[in-house]
Amino acid sequence: MDLNVKIVIVDESPVRSAILEEGLREAGFMDVTRIAEMTNLLARIYAIDPDVILIDLENPSRDVLEQMFQVSRIVKRPIAMFVDQSDTASIQASVDAGVASYIVDGLKKERIKHILDTCISRFNAFARLQEELDRTKSALEERKVIDRAKGILMKAKSINEEEAYALLRKTAMNENKKIAEIAQSVITASEMFK
Amino acid sequence: MTESRKLRIGFIPLVDAAALIVAVDKGFTAEEGLNVELVREVSWSNVRDKLNIGLFDAAHLLAPVAIASSLGLGHVKVPIITAFGLGLNGNAITVSPELFNALKDAADGDLADPMVSARALARVVMNRKARGEEPLTFGMTFPYSTHNYQLRFWMAAGGVDPDQDVRLIVLPPPYMVESLANKHVDAFCVGAPWNSVAVDLGIGRILHFVSEILERAAEKVLAVRARWAEDNPDMFHKLVRAHGRAAAFVEDEHNHHEVARLLSAPGRIAVEPEVIRRTLDGRLKISPDGTYRSSDRYLMVGRKGAARPDPAQAAWLYAQMVRWGQALMSAEGLAEAKAAFRPDLYDKIIGGSPDLPPSEPADRVGAFTGPAFDPDNIVAHLDGWKIRRR
Repeated sequence: MDLNVKIVIVDESPVRSAILEEGLREAGFMDVTRIAEMTNLLARIYAIDPDVILIDLENPSRDVLEQMFQVSRIVKRPIAMFVDQSDTASIQASVDAGVASYIVDGLKKERIKHILDTCISRFNAFARLQEELDRTKSALEERKVIDRAKGILMKAKSINEEEAYALLRKTAMNENKKIAEIAQSVITASEMFK
Repeated sequence: MTESRKLRIGFIPLVDAAALIVAVDKGFTAEEGLNVELVREVSWSNVRDKLNIGLFDAAHLLAPVAIASSLGLGHVKVPIITAFGLGLNGNAITVSPELFNALKDAADGDLADPMVSARALARVVMNRKARGEEPLTFGMTFPYSTHNYQLRFWMAAGGVDPDQDVRLIVLPPPYMVESLANKHVDAFCVGAPWNSVAVDLGIGRILHFVSEILERAAEKVLAVRARWAEDNPDMFHKLVRAHGRAAAFVEDEHNHHEVARLLSAPGRIAVEPEVIRRTLDGRLKISPDGTYRSSDRYLMVGRKGAARPDPAQAAWLYAQMVRWGQALMSAEGLAEAKAAFRPDLYDKIIGGSPDLPPSEPADRVGAFTGPAFDPDNIVAHLDGWKIRRR
């Protein structure tokens, strides 16, 4: 299989594009360039003259590429969007994963499929990573809030840490709320009494 | 009230999403029993794709994109219809202070007159060519956008060929101001609030409200897939009805303060309410020195029949696609373009009069110049232009 395909990744996130680049290299595609700077995007892409352009769906510059799709008929090689205009399932999968791809005409369909599949799975992997990170972050935040509330209760009611936590937990159960929510109300209330 | 499926509606943070945002945030959709989630998007390509593949049930969409999608231009062919126009007009052309001065020196009259400014532009363009300078660059928002067509219409009227004499580039609206500041573009055409942002920063000057170029141009529409409307008539009717109430609310001057506040919220447009207020009032600061210009046509959300989709405007947009080589002229194409705009559904759901008030242009578009426009015979209209593709 000919792996001499020039791929451009347009993405402002260095982590995600690194994940994507690595995946494409593993799949055997060596010519991968990342564009992170959005000014003069069209000129940069023309200079590289890629066969495939992959762009993060949350990048407003996607509209800029649509213009290239139009003018390319006159000035450059034609560019087709997505794998196959009639392949709605692929479009859906890629939009779901958060990536859009623009493919220059003349590339074999099987190869494009390969690139796109790599892309989708890598974008999904990134989304999972991001989710995990967000979860860890919010767990840390919650712990901080609970610690502060415990401190307030210990001082106000002259109880120890264990008792303070038990009180928070019991109230949370009674009110059918999360411990962190009860802890937040304790903090808010104590600030109002200041 | 029955538990209804959640509707997902995509929008771009612009003032002409007002009726949509108000319909949801003011509770008009909820009162109809609809459960709507508004999803903020960053690009028209995203809005179009997510609507086309069914991730969105409805969308705030550029009127020409609804037509292009129905015709299969630039992307997959998915028939889109609209029974409710979210706004007429609303854009402005902003130029750099340097370009403004050059235009002023070249003008043989008042630059507020679009014919005077278009001819001045032609002189500036010629002078630059004679001196061997780079062509002027104009930013607009999307290949299938009213911004693109309004700029082209205006320039060509003065003798400038938009594909030969200048550069027209797509720029995402949030990058417009920065691009003008660092001289990547000399001018742009965009919706609110971006023109005002450039004026407030002292780096741009509003040359024209687009309503000075065309009195009635369909700008954004509430778009749904034709299939979706057929499969979900009940939800579709409720959605359009809620928008009818929202548009009336937006247009009532007494509500402008509240509407500006709703639109300026973080999950919505997220700019100062005062900037949004200017657009709603149709009174914009056009120059950093504090000069204002007013027009009751600046952005029309429901007034003067603005919300009732008008196939004449769809025909005008299709004519621009043909004029600039985006579409091949065909009777079927014209019919399909017009069929995307459904005044019959608007009348059925909201009720209204097909007649425009006497203040409105007889041809229903009201261009400032050019051969007569007849929506049933756009070939004759197009043949009247010297500058066009093919």
